[in-house]
Amino acid sequence: MKIAATQWVGSLSLLVALGMPGVAFAEYPEQPITYTIPFDPGGESDITARFQEPHLEEILGVNVNVTHRPGGGGAVGWSEFQNSAEPTGYELIGVNIPHIIAQPIMRTNAGYETDNWKIVMFYHFTPNALIVPQDSPFKTLDDLVAYAKENPEAVTLGGSGTYSANHLGVLRLEREAGIDVTYIPFTGTGPLPAAVQGGHVSGIFNYSMLGVQMEDTARVLAVASEERVPAMPDVPTFKELGYDLVGGAYRGVAVPKGTPEEVVTKLEKAFTEANKRITEKQEPLGFVMTYITDEEVDKVIQQLKTAYQPILEDAEAQ
Amino acid sequence: MEMLVEALMSILTFKGLITILVGVTAGLFIGALPGLTATMALAVLLPFTFTMDALQGLMALGAVYMGAIYGGAFTAILINTPGTPSSIATCFDGYPMARQGRAYEALAAATIASVVGGIVGVSFLLLLAPPLARLAVVFGPAEMFWVAMLGLTLVASLSSGSLLKGLMGGCIGILLSTIGVSPIGGETRFIYGIPALQGGITLIVALIGLFVVPEVLSMAAQGRGALPESGKLEGGVGGAIRKMGRHIFLKPVNLIRSCIIGQIIAIIPGAGGNVTSLVAYNEAKRFSGKPESFGKGNVDGVVASESSNNVMVAGSMVPLLTLGIPGAPPDAIILGVLLMHGLRPGLDLFTETGVLTNGFILSMGFAALFLLPVGLLGGRLIHRVVVKTPYYFLLPSITMVTILGTYALRNSFLDVGLMLLLGTLGYFLRLIGLYAAPIVLGMILGIIAEKGYVQTMLISIADPIPWLGLVENPLSKVLVVLVVLSAATSLLPAWLERSGRMAKANPDKTGSDKGSREEESKP
Repeated sequence: MKIAATQWVGSLSLLVALGMPGVAFAEYPEQPITYTIPFDPGGESDITARFQEPHLEEILGVNVNVTHRPGGGGAVGWSEFQNSAEPTGYELIGVNIPHIIAQPIMRTNAGYETDNWKIVMFYHFTPNALIVPQDSPFKTLDDLVAYAKENPEAVTLGGSGTYSANHLGVLRLEREAGIDVTYIPFTGTGPLPAAVQGGHVSGIFNYSMLGVQMEDTARVLAVASEERVPAMPDVPTFKELGYDLVGGAYRGVAVPKGTPEEVVTKLEKAFTEANKRITEKQEPLGFVMTYITDEEVDKVIQQLKTAYQPILEDAEAQ
Repeated sequence: MEMLVEALMSILTFKGLITILVGVTAGLFIGALPGLTATMALAVLLPFTFTMDALQGLMALGAVYMGAIYGGAFTAILINTPGTPSSIATCFDGYPMARQGRAYEALAAATIASVVGGIVGVSFLLLLAPPLARLAVVFGPAEMFWVAMLGLTLVASLSSGSLLKGLMGGCIGILLSTIGVSPIGGETRFIYGIPALQGGITLIVALIGLFVVPEVLSMAAQGRGALPESGKLEGGVGGAIRKMGRHIFLKPVNLIRSCIIGQIIAIIPGAGGNVTSLVAYNEAKRFSGKPESFGKGNVDGVVASESSNNVMVAGSMVPLLTLGIPGAPPDAIILGVLLMHGLRPGLDLFTETGVLTNGFILSMGFAALFLLPVGLLGGRLIHRVVVKTPYYFLLPSITMVTILGTYALRNSFLDVGLMLLLGTLGYFLRLIGLYAAPIVLGMILGIIAEKGYVQTMLISIADPIPWLGLVENPLSKVLVVLVVLSAATSLLPAWLERSGRMAKANPDKTGSDKGSREEESKP
C-alpha cells in the first residue's frame, strides 16, 4: 500500500510537471514585457516607470522594456493600445486619471474608451497644489478667494493642459468657493516654474511635486489631498481650509481586456512590491503612494466620473 | 573654488574620461543619423546610466548631449540633411560648400565652432548662472509671441529669391503645425477621424521628409552622389583645419556674436537649439559684408549655426539647474535624472551638492574639448564613406536609415507615412521654388506664437482691451521694435531696388554674380 501510494504521488507529480508547459500562463512571465508610457520621457510618468523598472525585472525575472508613445496628451498611445495590444500580459501601458476620463468625453474621436481595459493598479497619486510667487499679495487661500470674489476673472491660474487634472481642479475650486478665475493652460509642467517666478500669472494649480520642488522660490497655499502630503508637512489641505476639494492625477498601469486573471494577479503583486520598494525615493518628491486595485479601481473611476462629469458637460456645452 | 578643484579631480580619473569619451562618440553617431535627435539619444542611453553613480551618469548624459548636437552637422553638411533640428541652419552653407568640394573645410569649421561654442556655454553656466537665470523668467507668454514673430522675419532672408514664395512656405509650415491637439484649449484640429493624428506632425518628421526625401529624389533623378568624387583637399586634412582655424579666429566677431545669441536664446524656456542656430545664422548674414554670398557656401554661416547650438547645450542648463526650468527639450530628461537621484534644482545644487553639480558642468566642458579629436577623426571617416560610396548604394542606405529613424521617433508607422508624403510633396514644392527652410521655420515658430498669443489673451481677459497685454511689458515693447527693425532691414534693400534705384543696386549684383562664379570655378 505504502509503495503504491508513493508511486501514485510520484506519477502524479510527474504528470503535473509534464503538463506544466501545456497549461497557459502557468509560468507567466517567460518573455520580455513591454511597458508603454504614452508621454514624453522626463515627465512624472516616465520617472516613475524608470524607478519601477529594475524592481519589476527582479520580481518578475524577465526584462521589462519601457517605451514611449507620446502624443495628444496620452491619447495616441492609449488608442493604439486598445486597438492592437494582445491580452497576454506582455503588453502593459501607463494610464492616468483624469486624462482617460476627460478625453473621451471632450473629444469627438479620442480613439479609446475609459473602461475598455483592465487596470491592474493605480500606484500613486499626485494631488493638485496651489502655488503662488513668493512676493504674491496672497498669503493664504482666503486672501486669494476674497480678491477673486471682488475681481472676477482677474486672478490667473496657470496649469498643465486643458481638461487635465489641474484644469478640472481649478474649475472645482471655482464652484466650491463661488469665484471666477481665469485658467491659463500651459503645455506640460516644464514652463510653469518660469510662469510663477516671472509673475506672468497670479499663481499655478499644479501637482504637489512642483510644490516640493519650488519650496524655496514660491509659496504653496493649499494641497488637494485627504491628508497633508508627507513631503510638505506645513502646507494645509483644501479640506482643512473648508473647501471640499480632493483631486489630482492618479497614475497606474493597465493590460488589455481579457488578460487572464492569474496574470493580472501576478502583475498586481509585482507592482505592489515595486511600489513599496520605491516609496522611499518617491515620497520626498511629493508623490502620495497608493495601492488601488480590483473593485477599488472601479470605485475611484466612478467617484471621479461623477465629480467631473457635470463640470465637463458644462464646459462642453459652452 | 575648493569644490571646483574637487569636482575636477573626480572627472580626471580614467573612469571619468572614458565615460566622457564614449558618451561623446555615441552622441555624435546618434546625432548624425537623421531622425535620431539629441532628446532621443538621451532617452535611449538613460537606462545605461542607472548602473552608474549620480556624477558618472550625468557626465555620460552631458557628453552624449554635446556629441549629438554636434553630430547633426555631419549629415547637414554631407547630405543636406540636418541630423538634429539644431543643425537646420548648418545645411544652408555647409552643403553648398560640400558641393564645391570643400566638405572637409566645412566639417573642420563646424568642429572648431562647436568646440568653442561648447566651452563658452560651460563658462557662462559656471560663472554667470544666477544672474542669467533671472533673465529666463522674464520671458512670459507675450514675450514668447514676439520672439516667435522675430523668428518669422527670418523667412525673408531664408527665401532665396522670391519673398512671396518664402512667405507661402512659412504659411504652409504654420498650417502643418496646427494639426493635432491644440496646445491651448485641447481641441483636436484637422485629424480627419484618425486618432493617431492627435499627436500632430512632429517637427522631426517634417524635417526628415522635407530635407532628405527631396534631396534623395533629386540625386536619384540626376544619377549622382551627394558629393563630387574629386573632393581632393588642397594641402591635406591639416591644411583644411589650419585654414578654417585662421579664418574663424582672425575675425572672431561672427563667433562672439553667435555665442552670445546662443546663450541668450538658450535660457528662454521653450526655444531650443533649432531657434538658436537659425537666429545666429540670420544675424551672421545681416551683419556680413557680403550677405549675398550666404547660402552659396559661406563658411561663416556654418560657424554661426554650429557655435550657437553648442553654446545652447550648457547654456540651457542655466535655468534648469537654478530654477528647474528646462531651457530646451533634451533638458527635460536631464531634469528627470536629477530628480531620480534625489537632486532638486535650486541653489542647493550649487552649494550642498556643489561637487556633483560642478563636476557635471566641467564634464560638459571636457566633452566639448573631446569633440575636436573625435569629430575630426569621425568626420574624415564619414566624409570618405559618403564620397566613396556609389550613389546607387548611398541613396538606398540613406532612405533606409531615414525610415528607421522616423519610425524609432515615436514607434509609429503613421510618422513614416507622413514623412514620405511630406517628402514627396516637398520635392515638387522645391521644383516650383518653395524650399524646406521657410516651411520648417513656420512649423517651429507657429506653435510658439500660438501659445504665446492665446495665453496672453487669456491672461488679460479682464482688461478692457485684451490685446494691449501683448505690448504691456517693457521687454515686449523692445521686442516689437526689434521685429519692425528686422523686417525693415530685410525688406528695404529689395524695395529700394524695385523703386527705381537700380543704379545703386546693379553694380552690387554683378559683383556678387562674379563672386559666386569664381567660387564655382574653384573646384
